[in-house]
Amino acid sequence: MRDIVRMLAQRLSLGLLTLFVVSLIIFLGVSLLPGDAAQAMLGQAATPETVAALRKEMGLDLPPHIRYIEWLGGILQGDFGTSIASKREISDLIGSRFANTLFLALYAACIAIPLALILGILAALYRNSLYDRTVNVVTLSSISTPEFFVAYILVLLVSVKAGWFPSLANVSIDTPFLERMYKTFLPAITLTLVVLAHMMRMTRAAIINLLASPYIEMARLKGMTRQRVITHHALPNAWAPIVNVIVINLAYLVVGVVVVEVVFVYPGLGQLLVDSVQRRDLPVVQACCLVFAATYVLLNLVADILSILTNPRLLHPK
Amino acid sequence: MNAPADKLNMSKSAVAWRELKRAPFSAKFGLVVIIGYILVAIFAPWLAPYGEAEIVGGQFELWSEQFLLGTDNLGRDMLTRIIYGARNTVGIALVTTVFAFLLGGICGILAAVLGGWIDQVMSRIVDVLMAIPVLIFAMLLLTIFGTAIVNMIIIIGVLDSTRVFRISRAVSLNVVVMDYIESARLRGEGIFWIAIREVLPNITAPLVAEFGLRFCFVFLTISALSFLGLGIQPPTADWGSMVRDTADLITFNDYTPLIPAAAIALLTVAVNFVVDWFLHKTSGLKDEH
Repeated sequence: MRDIVRMLAQRLSLGLLTLFVVSLIIFLGVSLLPGDAAQAMLGQAATPETVAALRKEMGLDLPPHIRYIEWLGGILQGDFGTSIASKREISDLIGSRFANTLFLALYAACIAIPLALILGILAALYRNSLYDRTVNVVTLSSISTPEFFVAYILVLLVSVKAGWFPSLANVSIDTPFLERMYKTFLPAITLTLVVLAHMMRMTRAAIINLLASPYIEMARLKGMTRQRVITHHALPNAWAPIVNVIVINLAYLVVGVVVVEVVFVYPGLGQLLVDSVQRRDLPVVQACCLVFAATYVLLNLVADILSILTNPRLLHPK
Repeated sequence: MNAPADKLNMSKSAVAWRELKRAPFSAKFGLVVIIGYILVAIFAPWLAPYGEAEIVGGQFELWSEQFLLGTDNLGRDMLTRIIYGARNTVGIALVTTVFAFLLGGICGILAAVLGGWIDQVMSRIVDVLMAIPVLIFAMLLLTIFGTAIVNMIIIIGVLDSTRVFRISRAVSLNVVVMDYIESARLRGEGIFWIAIREVLPNITAPLVAEFGLRFCFVFLTISALSFLGLGIQPPTADWGSMVRDTADLITFNDYTPLIPAAAIALLTVAVNFVVDWFLHKTSGLKDEH
């Protein structure tokens, strides 16, 4: 037990350190910029005096380390600063959009995880059968296609031709839950298809890997059915790698939504990030990147911890 | 004429040919597709009916004899742009991957051979860079440095070289502990001689496979950025931006936007098939991973 607590503390502090360095990179990257936010806001035509005045107002004349501490301190209190383009509080912009992004990612995960487990177990069960080989080719292909290709095929087939689901996911805060599910169905399915292949292949590989162990042979020699061997003997030991893959894919889901959000014009954080990059609205880009990176780091941390908890051997690295 | 040597040579190429013939259908398909793309990229100006950025008709014209795949939002011929896209999109992705490999591969092998604090410093830098998702990081950097093709090649190349660093360091570490490396060190060979003559030849197989996979990843990242309007900029013909430019057509039951997207998908799938087969061949793996 003490080992586990020590391990958790170790991982958590490592995660915090990573987050700190990431925030430092995001901040320093922007300070490398020739000119600064004040120049960008006022444009090329501004006189040096007005730029200097605005710089002072925004606190840009302070040395970088003080600005960094103020920036980070603000963020920890939920204050991300103001947008250059819209002059609004960034935390207002981000709040509901981040909730939307998380909703979409969770929605996709709820479909993808059970599906990936079932397909993966079946593929391991009927290894080298026609089903297995077909699934192998299909998943290999779907891993390697761009998200927008999958998205537009779905739009064409399900939305334009069949007319079952809308091609635009224009939800707002007061969209009721069921309508929201309906409107975001296509983006969720697109994301599902994007991550399904990876999760399924890893599930299959994890189980097949275990099938080579002696205790599985023992179970088989006892005369158990293939199905029982897999569900009762192989699967419980395969959870560690499977859980790991699921959480890593969740991290990918949250980050990979950017393209899907743009295709379906879904008001999420990814869409905001793309718009802000185009407008060169640096404070917003910084904030979005930080939120995305933090989510990614935290989920990877969770994957790390879960895989150690489910596999005690990892507590004692050689 | 040296008969046995000749026979040996014959059999060597024959072995390669036999392996190729024995390859699964997916690998053969992949090879044919890749060769097709290379030919299109090389002969683009001869194959294309019009000029790359030439405006030849009205906006969004339908598929016809004159414009086989119709025209885009500015009245440029879609087929022409698709053909030139093979050159631009694939070419830029290839240059980026080569850059990522040179940077990541050299640093990775050196980190393994040198060890010590150099290895530690490089590995920690890579850890931090890998903690931020590539697409998000690339967008931040593109905002800072501006969306030019050179910037994109450098940014994505550097970000992707971290992955190359990881794998080339890992496979080199397995080689560095071998006795022949020890004997080379004792002979007094220099670091670079060891890296290039002793380590590199023994890690080419995994690196070649990794090159294929990295290429796909870079290609998809660049396409995604272009699709978002942050990658390859007009008037250069590029598949990602073409999907974006013609995307509205999809709601009118028109397949046009799917064609450049399919061009991207087909190439990555083909490369993946070939890499999959290559991995099985070189590692003697019966099953993946």
